[in-house]
Amino acid sequence: MSDATIADVCVLACAEAWRGDGEVMASPFGSIPALGARVAKSTFSPDLVLTDGEAALVAGIPAINARSDELIREAYVPYRSIFAIVWSGRRHIMMMASQVDQFGNQNIAAIGPHDHPKAQLVGVRGAPGNSVNHATSYWVPSHNAKAFVSAVDVVCGVGNDRAAAAGPGATRFHDLRRVVSNLGVFDFGGPGGAMRLVSAHPGVTIDAIVEATGFELDGVEGDVATTAVPTAEQLALIDELDPRGARHREVPA
Amino acid sequence: MSNKQTSLETLSDEIRSGMTVGIGGWGSRRKPMAVVRSLLTSDVTDLTIVSYGGPDVGLLVKAGKVKKVICGFVTLDSIALDPLWRAARQEGSVELMEVDEGLFYLGLQAAAWRMPFLPARAGLGSAVLETNPALTTIANPYPTGPFAIEADADAEFVAMPALNLDVAVVHVNVADTAGNAMVLGPDPFFDELFLGAAERRLVTAEKVVAAGTLAEHGPLERATIHRLMTDVIAEAPGGAHFTANPPEYPRDEAFQKAYVTAAKDPASWSAFTERFLSGDESSYQSAVESWRAEQ
Repeated sequence: MSDATIADVCVLACAEAWRGDGEVMASPFGSIPALGARVAKSTFSPDLVLTDGEAALVAGIPAINARSDELIREAYVPYRSIFAIVWSGRRHIMMMASQVDQFGNQNIAAIGPHDHPKAQLVGVRGAPGNSVNHATSYWVPSHNAKAFVSAVDVVCGVGNDRAAAAGPGATRFHDLRRVVSNLGVFDFGGPGGAMRLVSAHPGVTIDAIVEATGFELDGVEGDVATTAVPTAEQLALIDELDPRGARHREVPA
Repeated sequence: MSNKQTSLETLSDEIRSGMTVGIGGWGSRRKPMAVVRSLLTSDVTDLTIVSYGGPDVGLLVKAGKVKKVICGFVTLDSIALDPLWRAARQEGSVELMEVDEGLFYLGLQAAAWRMPFLPARAGLGSAVLETNPALTTIANPYPTGPFAIEADADAEFVAMPALNLDVAVVHVNVADTAGNAMVLGPDPFFDELFLGAAERRLVTAEKVVAAGTLAEHGPLERATIHRLMTDVIAEAPGGAHFTANPPEYPRDEAFQKAYVTAAKDPASWSAFTERFLSGDESSYQSAVESWRAEQ
């Protein structure tokens, strides 16, 4: 696997999420998705729009640890205007998920009952609105049966089954794309929009993925593809965008 | 022209027990912390707090001032979760109406426009409708006819109710005595909507200047808060500390970390409260000064 680590493989797998997206806002959460969006923009999705995480769109492809004064800002987008983008659909977000289920329902609000959680998390944030308005993918840096669950405790991002049950208002722009974890890449091409294994990362067995997943995963029979490993050229780019190796802290080797 | 300027104490006294209070800013950014601090030492209780939540929510909840919180999150930005908020939630000691951030925006907008609700796709299919059984949906009223959109003909949308506020408080960089104000940092957030949604509208500022001189302090297009939106103005230098209020000051990350560390156990929290949160605003600011000198 040359010098590439699983973290590098994950960066490329996240980048693939934005392939073919054209001119949309890429909103990555986590260091590895942030690198993925930059790799996508610098190679196959050059029209992607990145933000400074504050109130501006940034031109070019800054390193993920770039100082604020190193950024070239190309337009002004205060928080309120983000909703105009969300509701217009010109966005593809990659959120993290403390829990995700078979149909892509996601939880970032609380573990346990909502009225008295065992663990309070950050909150529903914009996940309900994001997931029914524009393309949505998920990043789970630690794939285990506590994260990949049969049912999430609080539905923040809306999955395929719940969107269908909520009717055409929810399904019209609902668009779950892929889930990337430290073990593999998944989409929702299974029966009824269920999660399906697309590829296992190099060195990861199908058994290990099945073991770490708390629901029945589609696509685990027969030959399963191996997630692409970055080329030397891509690795150099990833290094340049993440000189301090934040990706290796998110997914240790 | 009436002079809206008063003292921070008099402004804070506008907030009384049982009120629904909108707090401007966002996360750990440009929060009206001076007013929050003055509430901590007041006898006010039973508040409903409406906020893009940051340390304002954690502090008020911990101090027993809050009956209910309406929000989409509570975060310290550089630290994902406010520890006081986390503890209160896990103890089950505070009522929560949790909505999508965009629904929250529409709730404020509806109130500011004097509408009972605004529709959205946001919330459909999510737990927001289940954890808030009083929220409901509305059928698209245009299934046929000249305004029909076929794909939405049979759609239901969330009808986000107006978040009407008794009082709203925001903190800005500069205000004038007539009640106009400027945000010089990068983001006005939702402050104008909080003010628009409220019966009584309070603004604290790093600096209060004479009426008619606001434009000397920054670009006029930053004066997005005008006197039709405000009732009371008070000067509160450092009034957003420890949250960010550029260009005056960035978030005080070291102090925020001290807050988070102190919140971890009762003894250190009571020492923190004793040192920083037991006096008035000027004693807070000088306590922070001497803390900083020790670092």
